[in-house]
Amino acid sequence: MSSGDWRPSAVLETLRLRAVLFARLRAFFAARGVLEIETPLLSRAAVTEPHLASFVVSEPVGTQGPLRYLQTSPEYAMKRLLAAGSGPIYQICKAFRAGEVGRRHNPEFTMVEWYRPGLDHQQLMEEVAALLGALLAGYVECAAPQCVSYQEIFRRHAGVDPLAAGVSELRAAAQHHGVDAVAGLTAEDRDGWLDLLLTQVIEPCLPAGPLFVYDYPASQAALARLNSQDERVAERFELYFNGLELANGFNELCDPAQQRSRFARDQQRRRAAGLAAVPIDEHLLDALEHGLPAGAGVAVGFDRVVMLAAGASHINQVLAFPDERA
Amino acid sequence: MATYSTNEFRSGLKIMLDGSPCVIIENEFVKPGKGQAFNRVKFRNLLTGRVNERTFKSGESVEGADVMDTEMQYLYNDGAVWHFMHPETFEQVGADEAAVGEAVKWLKEQDMCTVTLYNGSPIVVVPPNHVVLQVVETDPGVRGDTSGGGGKPATTDTGAVVRVPLFIEEGEMIKVDTRTGEYVGRAKD
Repeated sequence: MSSGDWRPSAVLETLRLRAVLFARLRAFFAARGVLEIETPLLSRAAVTEPHLASFVVSEPVGTQGPLRYLQTSPEYAMKRLLAAGSGPIYQICKAFRAGEVGRRHNPEFTMVEWYRPGLDHQQLMEEVAALLGALLAGYVECAAPQCVSYQEIFRRHAGVDPLAAGVSELRAAAQHHGVDAVAGLTAEDRDGWLDLLLTQVIEPCLPAGPLFVYDYPASQAALARLNSQDERVAERFELYFNGLELANGFNELCDPAQQRSRFARDQQRRRAAGLAAVPIDEHLLDALEHGLPAGAGVAVGFDRVVMLAAGASHINQVLAFPDERA
Repeated sequence: MATYSTNEFRSGLKIMLDGSPCVIIENEFVKPGKGQAFNRVKFRNLLTGRVNERTFKSGESVEGADVMDTEMQYLYNDGAVWHFMHPETFEQVGADEAAVGEAVKWLKEQDMCTVTLYNGSPIVVVPPNHVVLQVVETDPGVRGDTSGGGGKPATTDTGAVVRVPLFIEEGEMIKVDTRTGEYVGRAKD
């Protein structure tokens, strides 16, 4: 007997909604003179961040050739275009993250990523808010976003200073809020404890509507530049809506030496965590060497925006075929 | 014994936690885009029946629980122990009150139940989804009333109290859904 798994997990009405939002996205960027571009999904280099797992793709059995990695985001390739003088660009593409399956995650998902040379992250946050308003119009009420620093949301909801507290304080704060005995989290993994508090204690308390969280700890800078006034924090922001993480943005790091040392640090962390080393993107480093114009960039999880507009509680409700039916 | 990584977690999986066999009720994957992933797991301790929550760093592994769900026939209760028999091997096991738990009110001799064995001993007894029981006590039936509206309590031969339609009489056999405790219909002879 047929299991019914051949059928889409989203109703057709939601797929029509996706199409409407795609059209709105393209209209938004066209009106602002941002160029739509495409970059490869398969790359010979991979993301180094220890918490992102790339799918590895090999050539057909019996043939030889380099391994390729499915991108976890189009960031590296888009920065190469920026360095080559593209001006403002955006892309709507698939991104892939192995092992991420849940109510809000599918290993293959749709990302909207764009870059604004000449803008800083504060100005880009305004544009993100404008885009969100344009996408959700007629579906969900979208007020002007609140803005809170990473430090402030930790103080407010977890009663701890994320820039100063040691692991024992972070662990005590987690216990105080009913999260104890976390299997596998070590005393060396300070960022792990911050992520634990963020996901288990803070996110459930976040307000309804849009909220920007900014000034992430320098240890979680990823590809953001550090704040020149306060090097404890990076110029990185996240957008939440009803506690659902929608977007991550940076004032982009342009310094090739710093970028190389972050790659190296990531590789060390990967080794320490027992993960395979991955080939570093030398093309990106060469592009930074050539010169990346100062600017800001952001990635939005498109499927989650559709979830909001559709009132869906599970990502499978907005995907034609989620991983388990792919 | 098999071990299970958090990415194999799903409801119904039986794992060892704090030295006790437990069953996963709910598993939620949470991860900040750039950060550490966690699995928040709600589970029931199969020995105590207690429900609890635990957070795992994603990628961690836990030992599977060496428990086996076995279809067994309920034989009799000797006052302290409920005896079950494997229909093919005729092997018998005795379940105590903690293992039988809520199932006690649905246990009818010769019915096939799902008995969860841990180290060979029963720790959980699940009755069949539907059982046929005799009504031993209820208010007199109202003849002609087949609407089923309203209803009345009826006590069965196993001691369960079930809401039945007004027309059901003492001595009748009724079919009950043990998952909801609801009357399904009159049992056909």
